[in-house]
Amino acid sequence: MPFGNTHNQLKMKFSSEAEYPDLSKHNNHMAKVLTPAMYERLRSKQTPSGFTLDDVIQTGVDNPGHPFIMTVGCVAGDEETYEVFKELLDPVISDRHGGYKPTDKHKTDLNSNNLKGGDDLDPNYVLSSRVRTGRSIRGFCLPPHCSRGERRAVETLSIEALASLTGDLKGKYYALKNMTDAEQQQLIDDHFLFDKPVSPLLLASGMARDWPDARGIWHNDNKTFLVWVNEEDHLRVISMQKGGNMKEVFNRFCTGLTKIETLFKERGHAFMWNEHLGYVLTCPSNLGTGLRAGVHVKLPNMSKNAKFEEILKRLRLQKRGTGGVDTAAVGGVFDISNADRLGFSEVELVQMVVDGIKLLIEMEKRLEKGQSIDDLMPAQK
Amino acid sequence: MAKNCHNDYKMKFSVDDEFPDLSLHNNHMAKVLTKDIYAKLRGKSTPSGFTVDDVIQTGVDNPGHPFIMTVGCVAGDEESYEVFKELLDPVISDRHGGYKPTDKHKTDLNFENLKGGDDLDPNYVLSSRVRTGRSIKGFTLPPHNSRGERRGIEKLSIEALASLDGEFKGKYYPLDGMTDAEQEQLIADHFLFDKPVSPLLTCAGMARDWPDARGIWHNENKTFLVWVNEEDHLRVISMQKGGNMKEVFRRFCVGLQKIEEIFKKHNHGFMWNEHLGYILTCPSNLGTGLRGGVHVKLPKLSTHPKFEEILTRLRLQKRGTGGVDTASVGGVFDISNADRLGSSEVEQVQLVVDGVKLMVEMEKKLEKGESIDGMIPAQK
Repeated sequence: MPFGNTHNQLKMKFSSEAEYPDLSKHNNHMAKVLTPAMYERLRSKQTPSGFTLDDVIQTGVDNPGHPFIMTVGCVAGDEETYEVFKELLDPVISDRHGGYKPTDKHKTDLNSNNLKGGDDLDPNYVLSSRVRTGRSIRGFCLPPHCSRGERRAVETLSIEALASLTGDLKGKYYALKNMTDAEQQQLIDDHFLFDKPVSPLLLASGMARDWPDARGIWHNDNKTFLVWVNEEDHLRVISMQKGGNMKEVFNRFCTGLTKIETLFKERGHAFMWNEHLGYVLTCPSNLGTGLRAGVHVKLPNMSKNAKFEEILKRLRLQKRGTGGVDTAAVGGVFDISNADRLGFSEVELVQMVVDGIKLLIEMEKRLEKGQSIDDLMPAQK
Repeated sequence: MAKNCHNDYKMKFSVDDEFPDLSLHNNHMAKVLTKDIYAKLRGKSTPSGFTVDDVIQTGVDNPGHPFIMTVGCVAGDEESYEVFKELLDPVISDRHGGYKPTDKHKTDLNFENLKGGDDLDPNYVLSSRVRTGRSIKGFTLPPHNSRGERRGIEKLSIEALASLDGEFKGKYYPLDGMTDAEQEQLIADHFLFDKPVSPLLTCAGMARDWPDARGIWHNENKTFLVWVNEEDHLRVISMQKGGNMKEVFRRFCVGLQKIEEIFKKHNHGFMWNEHLGYILTCPSNLGTGLRGGVHVKLPKLSTHPKFEEILTRLRLQKRGTGGVDTASVGGVFDISNADRLGSSEVEQVQLVVDGVKLMVEMEKKLEKGESIDGMIPAQK
């Protein structure tokens, strides 16, 4: 493991105190949870594939965080990480996911028929709709830890599975390392191309090793269903389209995902999932559904309203600029999505987005007419 | 021998599956590594657990540059050079002018063996500097060491440096915990080093846990400087304005030997062997690890068509005054020895002293409009 001290047995010669990281300037979930006693108990353990505690926390040690943004500061290297290092990861998960307990069960619901409405969000306000998630392939280590052979096997399986999709899901795979200039330009124009991570949060965990080997992008001919292979997770799956028909986006999302899962299972490789954590992904923040469903929506009046933040909170939604996380809104257009990932099902989270956006647009229309929105204030969901 | 579970997991895959794609690569590792070598080495690890994938990761992640030949591999401990010799011996040979596995390297830190060097013309030679690196035996190297090891190295270093006196009396500034005033002064003195940003270094794992256990020590005169836990355990630098290279080298040798004695007393001498000389993280710094150089004004000579040829024959290299890969400004160049392994410290500094003396003479001739054809040296 190139990020060094992880398999360095000489470190056991040193006391736990001598090895304990200096977290005095740190502000991330890992730093808030880890203690010297916990470190001492976990430092000699490793998962069957050899992932150690130091591997788990390296990114959080190297990236102290930000006074306002609470990063996670730890990653999983394989499915077993969440079990072997539960003493650290359970409290991190609890802090990140609203008090989720080690005994809690997570519900998965990818039946898009259970979504009520969502096909009629006003396109004068809702510019586009999108749902994304991640999936990990059981039997392989995760991006911080996988070898080239494992990563290539994940790619080979993915290409095979995606190649057998038909109908409106029929598409093509573009390997990062040998796409033509024309293909690259098209993917950039479509906003599909992902690049080598530059964020130190990702680099410090080892996810960019061997770039661009075995990384690629697949999308359907209609450009409404997109899969990233071997970026931050084994697979990132995205369904999207212009306008406000979130129901259709979610429908395609569920259908596509379920088909892909079947194809992987046929080849003897299920997705990593358990009834406590739901879908298992590299970052603890993406456990459960790993789902972020959102819209780009025009809310210039709402966004200036004193109660905007409070309303979002009550609706269990979060806002971002249209460039993604940590960008500013442009022209009053916001990216509004579900705040939760774990402890709610996919249908429940998309329902919150659909209902919440509908309400926010109603409020926006009121404010346009100079009317009050006080009677529309929602209760905490 | 520490069992490397991680290594066993990827052993389920074939050599073909695991062999890196080096088709776009131009570095020493990529030129040497074959599937056969990889197959032989992939199941091994050093006693501390460093594997061939650890050695080559930086070279896989950084394909290199069409014009600059990077090394593309690092050592994680002293034993890396032995366990992975099948890869590293050819890399060393390519990098160090055909150095053979059977060759012996000579160490000579007796500054009295340097002839001259105290009178380089200060109208041309603006400053003189000698640097090297040292690794502390018993600890793994920066790509691989744990926090405990790194802190152990820092502690030993602080102790050793604190016991220096006379011209070597000085102070240690840990990176984590210096005051703003101290930081400003170190920047003004051009002493402060920062977290590596070069992917060549970060991909090898050297920046982990930054800035924990990193620091800078210098003497009160600001002529002797030690970096702790940056790219190597220790980087040692002696420098001053003007052309008295002899004095710079004297201070370098005396200071280094004093430091080494103190480390030896604690049973942690420097890593060294008679084949590779001083063991450092990057194979390019084996042998002496020494770069002795001057900042020298050569506006006429540097535009002469034979400049590059003269440097090659003198076994010297040029850089801009900002360091490696910078451009020269106002005709001022950083001229230093090109070799590291296979010649001693005295021999390398002698080459710099003699070579710079000759080039200053050539510059003076060119100033008077005279030819330098009769002065072109033979290949050293």
